[in-house]
Amino acid sequence: MSVKLSTRQVGDVSVVDVAGRITLGEGSSALRDLLREMVGKNQKKILLNLGDVSYIDSSGIGELVSGFTTVTNQGGQLKLLNLTKRVKDLLQITKLYTVFDVHDDEAGAVRSFA
Amino acid sequence: MRRGALIMGKNSRGDTETVERFLDSTLESVDDAEELALVEAEKAGVPEDDLHKIAMAVRESMVNAVVHGNRYNAHKKVHLSVSKTAREFVVRIADQGDGFDYDNLPDPLAHENLLRHSGRGIFLIKAFMDDFQVRRLEPAGTEVTLVKHLVSK
Repeated sequence: MSVKLSTRQVGDVSVVDVAGRITLGEGSSALRDLLREMVGKNQKKILLNLGDVSYIDSSGIGELVSGFTTVTNQGGQLKLLNLTKRVKDLLQITKLYTVFDVHDDEAGAVRSFA
Repeated sequence: MRRGALIMGKNSRGDTETVERFLDSTLESVDDAEELALVEAEKAGVPEDDLHKIAMAVRESMVNAVVHGNRYNAHKKVHLSVSKTAREFVVRIADQGDGFDYDNLPDPLAHENLLRHSGRGIFLIKAFMDDFQVRRLEPAGTEVTLVKHLVSK
């Protein structure tokens, strides 16, 4: 299964529910395109819910980083929600865990954008 | 296996079992190689935690071979070899590309590189495997060897 992305609005925060694989090819490009589209529509408070991500490779990590810098450079915020153990481990190994604002509670994450 | 020619089935060389494939330089081959390595690692009795690490290391190595080595060239193949002995699970991946300077790769953990889009693949392979070697091939190409030690129970 490749990646499945769905967006919903919680107040002024855009939550992206990500499921499946964020790997080189379709998975990572779909995420990149969606984040660029959101920033283009001035949606700059973005919460990526990674709870159903089964697999992420270095390309997927690269897309998370690119998304983070794209949104940040436009004056927005991109935060992460519900990391699986594997994704958390990967972010820790690559020293990116402290770069991202990571949450495990959606309501708290949404409030943190205020 | 959906793609790629089987050049040698399973054979026995003493106590070594090896499965080999010549794969096209496509992203589908990346999935195929990962799947094959997973199946063989499971058969070898690799623990669940290590299965994911091997799969990811194979995936990263295949991406390097297909994308950076062979540059998706339809005339170039990737040679995959998966071997198992009583002590080790070994995956070799060889491309036909121009090679890279392994000794001078940027450190992805360096502060100035943390937010780079790419450059983490080999770092992750080394983190996930017990041993990792890179060898230049003649006349062209690069072969990487990924080793996971098997703990006897």
